[in-house]
Amino acid sequence: MMQFRLSGSGGQGLILAGIILAEAAIEDGKEAVQSQSYGPEARGGSSKSEVIISEKPIHYPKVVNPDFLLAMTQEALNKYATDLPDEAILVTDSTFVGEIPARFKNVYQVPITKLAKEKLGRDLFANIIALGTVAKLTDVVSIEAMEKAVLARVPKGTEEVNRQALKLGFESV
Amino acid sequence: MAKAVLMQGNHACAEGAIAAGARFFAGYPITPSTEVAELLAKRLPQVGGSFIQMEDEIAGMAAIIGASLAGTKSLTATSGPGFSLKQELIGYASMAEVPCVIVNVQRTGPSTGQPTSPAQGDVMQARWGSHGDRGVIALSPSSVPECFTLTVEAFNLAEKYRTPVVLLLDEIIGHMREKFVMPDPASLTIVNRKKPALPPGEFLPYKPEADGVAPMPGYGEGYRFHTTGLVHDYTGFPSGSNAVTHELIERLHTKITNNIDDIVKYEALELDDAEVAVVAFGGTARSAYAAIESARAEGIKAGLFRPITIWPVPEKQLFTVAEKVKTIIVAEMNYGQYVGEVRRVVCGKANVVSLAKWNNDPITPNELLNAIKAGR
Repeated sequence: MMQFRLSGSGGQGLILAGIILAEAAIEDGKEAVQSQSYGPEARGGSSKSEVIISEKPIHYPKVVNPDFLLAMTQEALNKYATDLPDEAILVTDSTFVGEIPARFKNVYQVPITKLAKEKLGRDLFANIIALGTVAKLTDVVSIEAMEKAVLARVPKGTEEVNRQALKLGFESV
Repeated sequence: MAKAVLMQGNHACAEGAIAAGARFFAGYPITPSTEVAELLAKRLPQVGGSFIQMEDEIAGMAAIIGASLAGTKSLTATSGPGFSLKQELIGYASMAEVPCVIVNVQRTGPSTGQPTSPAQGDVMQARWGSHGDRGVIALSPSSVPECFTLTVEAFNLAEKYRTPVVLLLDEIIGHMREKFVMPDPASLTIVNRKKPALPPGEFLPYKPEADGVAPMPGYGEGYRFHTTGLVHDYTGFPSGSNAVTHELIERLHTKITNNIDDIVKYEALELDDAEVAVVAFGGTARSAYAAIESARAEGIKAGLFRPITIWPVPEKQLFTVAEKVKTIIVAEMNYGQYVGEVRRVVCGKANVVSLAKWNNDPITPNELLNAIKAGR
């Protein structure tokens, strides 16, 4: 079983990222549960999307022992890393996250939003770049299943740029 | 077989409604139930049905009663504040015996409470929310696939017993996504209301048959009948008679209680040798599965009794559990509601402990495991 927490602020596309990750796992024939928690506001505020992927049926749908945390804002890192084990994988968007507690041993600082803006022209591809890091740093879903899941969810006409976003993330770590 | 997809509980509920034959939705969107309305707004027109966003929750309830009287299976979906607003008309649907389904995806209350947080605080409201005295059916799913099957079941029970049926989800189950395989439509049992055998003029719209339920023509099918929230006789017209009042209110109960074996559904897991039984439903049952698995791994004899039909209470089955175990832990995301029912039913046969939580967070498997250990 692998437990993911994708966190940031509302509007960064993290719930969608969680859905895509879970769909990729199902595409790979695994069990997956996705859940989310967010405040009443539509934009801003901390939000998290949690995904559990397992070979066996998943009972409790919330993440208890995270293996992987994506933090796309400093506030999200401060709020959602408290129960993250020292040896878990931590990916931060270094565009927004500067202070990382020293206890974490597997930290990958990636300028996710900056890459999205500079290489792809818009920051809204940040969530797909983040999924590229997930595919690279874990073997829980195949890159093929991830790409298929991304392409099934993105608007028509944006497939190529989203494929590039996934590749950018994959190669950034 | 259909392909496995990732689906949200609220979406499975909407698809279940379509599969059950529902062709009308009226309501007013509210977190965390909005996706039910959102999906049905798209799906209903595709199958020849209608979706109306009403001016408020009360009107949504009124519209589905009207649509059902006209012969169309109908539902609404809401959360706590809207469920409160609908109560008077839910009572009307009980009294006028209009089949319909009310989906309530529970969030923390009272009042507007915590819109995006899970809770199970409407358990008693589902039973007693409308004034007066009546039988009630409420179902509580614990998984995304069960959101689908229990929505179908809710319509079947509504149609069979001519009663509003409450589908009580919580934010955990409504919003979570998990693997779902669409059942083959041919594999589903679909129940439709009984139609009159007698011609118009001879047919009495509220004269029950042996099962306590009268056949129900649709308005516009040639049968003219009166519908009212007042106590009424077999003709459907108001009656001030004590005897009519006694018989009608009794039948609103007995058509449920006399058919309880047909209505109740429950899950019994690892209870054969259990010393501790957990009673949990909806999203909380997910924690219970995990806690019992951990307990068993440590050699602790724990099991789960999950009422799927939370109203009426599966009394007979729960009492049997109480006769065998030492402790029953009732885990629920409220200040302690169903625990009172469990205490009433088990009559001191087992020690009943409340594990209640109302702080927006689900009861965790560990919290439940600790309660199981303390209950040995």
